[in-house]
Amino acid sequence: MISDEAELRRLMLAGLEGDATAYRTLLDQLSRHLRAYYRGKLSRIGRSQSEAEDLVQDTLMAIHTRRHTYDTGQPFTPWVQAIARYKLIDHLRHTRSSMASVPIEDTDDFEARDDHAGAESAHDLDRLLATLPEKMRRAIRYVKLEGLSVAEAAGRCGMSESAIKVSVHRGLKAMAAAISQGTGR
Amino acid sequence: MRTNDLIELLSTNVEPADRRRVTRGLGLAALLGAGAVLCVALLTLGLRPDLGEPGVLASLLLKLAFGGGIVFLAGGLLNKVARPGGQARTWTFVALAPFLGIALLACLSLASAPKSHWDRMLVGHMWLECLVSIPVIGVVPFAVLTWAVRRFAAPTDLVRTGALVGLVAGGISAMGYALHCMDDSVPFVALWYGGTIAFCTLAGALLGPRLLRW
Repeated sequence: MISDEAELRRLMLAGLEGDATAYRTLLDQLSRHLRAYYRGKLSRIGRSQSEAEDLVQDTLMAIHTRRHTYDTGQPFTPWVQAIARYKLIDHLRHTRSSMASVPIEDTDDFEARDDHAGAESAHDLDRLLATLPEKMRRAIRYVKLEGLSVAEAAGRCGMSESAIKVSVHRGLKAMAAAISQGTGR
Repeated sequence: MRTNDLIELLSTNVEPADRRRVTRGLGLAALLGAGAVLCVALLTLGLRPDLGEPGVLASLLLKLAFGGGIVFLAGGLLNKVARPGGQARTWTFVALAPFLGIALLACLSLASAPKSHWDRMLVGHMWLECLVSIPVIGVVPFAVLTWAVRRFAAPTDLVRTGALVGLVAGGISAMGYALHCMDDSVPFVALWYGGTIAFCTLAGALLGPRLLRW
């Protein structure tokens, strides 16, 4: 599924050091690979392609919250592929029964989507955020959505910087869990 | 939610990742589990009273080396297999080495003894206690390690990861039980320690897919 190992690995290593630009580029490239991978897999087993974007986002979340599990001495591609495959299998297991009860015509209704930029999942960011405790929601809103520095966010929330970091970290983990369980749609 | 928005959210102000988190988390869990096993073994079973007698210390050390070798090897493997794709580049069967070692020693020990002694060497006095104690005490490190794998790692082969969690837990538990156990024949250790630790491994492999999902 992925051919440019050297480039992706470089981006991943930079991202692990906290390089936001490299990390954004990495996630953007991975999202394209993942989209192609999931669309191919889902269509081959006769499943709706509309699930692909949910899986792409679920996997991006997993890559982010588990990025510390990448062993930097090893190739990067197998690590991503293992997560992508794991998420696909997990998704199929989760949805087997619920999909069986969906009328056949409904499973075919995938809308034509642009192959990248505007791709959208059934998850709703506001609804996902709403499931979080107040502290985590504010920390994520300031640091991740409004792009304030951790110090600025700490000032606004009246919390310490490390408390902000912990809240962001836990909040993202909780969001990842909500996405993979399909809540927050 | 647009995927681009998610990417933006994830990459904005991204913190440097702590690359040693898996190793540290699993190591700490193993230590915690070992501490708990030590307490349980000493408080409920008690240290064997005959430690001063000749030869006793040597056989205790052999048991500890068997358990410790398993914990060391299986722990190292777990640290690899509990990461995405780790199963593909890890030769899990290395963990069998301590079992082969003790089996070899047991065969040598049996071969050098008259056949009429084999029964007693294999069955010992407390085989039932050993059979029950190692898996029961092992529940504690198994639970701690399972928690640590779920929290710090991301296994994509849940059967193999579960088996290794069971193996490490069984090894830790056997080391704790060895402090109490007064059966010193090598064949006894190979059969009952080896067997119960293998049972812990099997239980881990069966429970892994349920307990380790993330």
